[in-house]
Amino acid sequence: MQFGVFSVGDVTPDPTTGRTPTEGERIAAMVAIALKAEEVGLDVFATGEHHNPPFVPSSPTTMLGYVAARTERIVLSTSTTLITTNDPVKIAEDYAMLQHLAGGRVDLMMGRGNTGPVYPWFGQDIRNGVELALENYALLRRLWREDVVDWSGRFRTPLQSFTSTPRPLDGVPPFVWHGSIRTPQIAEQAAYYGDGFFHNNIFWPIEHTAAMIDLYRRRWEHHGHGPADTAIVGLGGQVFMRPRSQDAVREFRPYFDVAPVYGHGPSLEEFTETTPLTVGSPQQVIDRYAAMRDHVGDYQRQLFLIDHAGLPLDVVLEQIEILGAEVVPVLRRELAVGRPAHVPDAPTHASLVAAAGGARDATVYAGADAVTGASPEAVVR
Amino acid sequence: MSGRPTAPRRLLVISAGLRTPSSTRLLADRLRAAAVTALRARGLDVADTTVELREHARDLTAMLLTGTPTPALTGLLDEVGRADAVVLVTPIYSGAYTGMVKDLVDLLPEDALAGVPVLMGATGGTGRHALALDHTLRPLLGHVHAVTVPTAVFAATEDFATEDPQHPLGARVARAADELAALVAGRPPRVQDDPWDVSGVAELLTDL
Repeated sequence: MQFGVFSVGDVTPDPTTGRTPTEGERIAAMVAIALKAEEVGLDVFATGEHHNPPFVPSSPTTMLGYVAARTERIVLSTSTTLITTNDPVKIAEDYAMLQHLAGGRVDLMMGRGNTGPVYPWFGQDIRNGVELALENYALLRRLWREDVVDWSGRFRTPLQSFTSTPRPLDGVPPFVWHGSIRTPQIAEQAAYYGDGFFHNNIFWPIEHTAAMIDLYRRRWEHHGHGPADTAIVGLGGQVFMRPRSQDAVREFRPYFDVAPVYGHGPSLEEFTETTPLTVGSPQQVIDRYAAMRDHVGDYQRQLFLIDHAGLPLDVVLEQIEILGAEVVPVLRRELAVGRPAHVPDAPTHASLVAAAGGARDATVYAGADAVTGASPEAVVR
Repeated sequence: MSGRPTAPRRLLVISAGLRTPSSTRLLADRLRAAAVTALRARGLDVADTTVELREHARDLTAMLLTGTPTPALTGLLDEVGRADAVVLVTPIYSGAYTGMVKDLVDLLPEDALAGVPVLMGATGGTGRHALALDHTLRPLLGHVHAVTVPTAVFAATEDFATEDPQHPLGARVARAADELAALVAGRPPRVQDDPWDVSGVAELLTDL
């Protein structure tokens, strides 16, 4: 079972002080959060990808490459990588490069993105979101698995004799999760390929999450990847903790009340009742999240959102320390109890290499270079 | 009576009155009773449910802001998606239906009302608002492809003051209910698409 944090990377005023961090401060804060997550023993740091203010993480592999250089152990991931508006060729190249630099400590979560205006900025249309996700991912898989790709599709210029470099580390592509909140087609896509499925349930009642996960598990079995309970499931979560629960509520409420997305809507009490948001003592968080598997089965990855809505960095780092010291160790113990032996852990680079029969050099050693030798003028002539 | 063993038609009555008790609810109850009678007269079995929209007002606003329905609102949205016929009754405020009605329609899943017969009712202070339904609610329901009943029923305060059984409101209620029943009788019971059906996706993936 993996535990980690995922960040949206929003630049939001602290409602208690009115102060808004600069982009530079927020980027530095995201790095500090990743380093703290490794320090306290968490397993995963994931960054969102956004291409509009008030968000900073437009370039996830740049950030994750920097974090990789400053960490030893933590798995670096995304939440999510926009499979709709990114060129799958660039995703293949960027994340294979990150794999090499991070020694394989990389996986990705594919997502469509729900911000309509972003699509046309990248030449796409949100109404084609599902079709883009299906076609682009099919191409991405081939680019990582086949040295030379000929391809044509609906949304991108065709490829002839294309080799994506560098080739995946040890000949093994990064593990892929597919994130979706309410689209059964994406659960089906994850099941079809035998990839992971991440339900970011932070705004949803557990009944909805359970129905999506159940569909994914049934279809995983249908497509021949093994029994339903061996499917690879991840969940989102959201917590704010203080030793005394009333202190946690008092401190978090001003952030909740005006938070982007859910602020000015449901009350903190309503939202904590109907979503996984838990504001209280570490023990309350343990109780809530230890019970998630009662609804979705034994699962593989739990990510917490802890750094949005203008919470100051020092408070966020305290939250990560509480997770690492008081919450996650207990959840690891409790969730190991009664977990069937055949339920797998989330795949890692090491486990994927082992499953592939060992590491191999995947380098494509090109022969004569007929492409880069000449100037553009010479090529035109 | 045909005697065919079919599932009952689901009649959903939505009352968007803002007060309790409300004249809107009084009209909704009257339309419900007339619709049930008219549907049964055509040999149809009826299961009817009445919803006070004001009980969902906060949930509607929360979903507009967060995109997420509460469990109670999910129940209502599902109910609309299953309905064979809808009676929708609103007060007229500032010359149109109330904002709560628009919130609900905005939040309905695509096609929740497509092809569904809807009987519109409204209450207002004076008869000068009598055409408000035709000018405001009918176009809105047309946008979501609902099949609106030709007769819309508007009741002003003065209409509730009369005991006269020959009062035109009673005739209008009966006429609208009969039109609704005729539309329902002319179509098969509603079959819901399975939202979890993903059978087409795997075929698509195989071709990629």
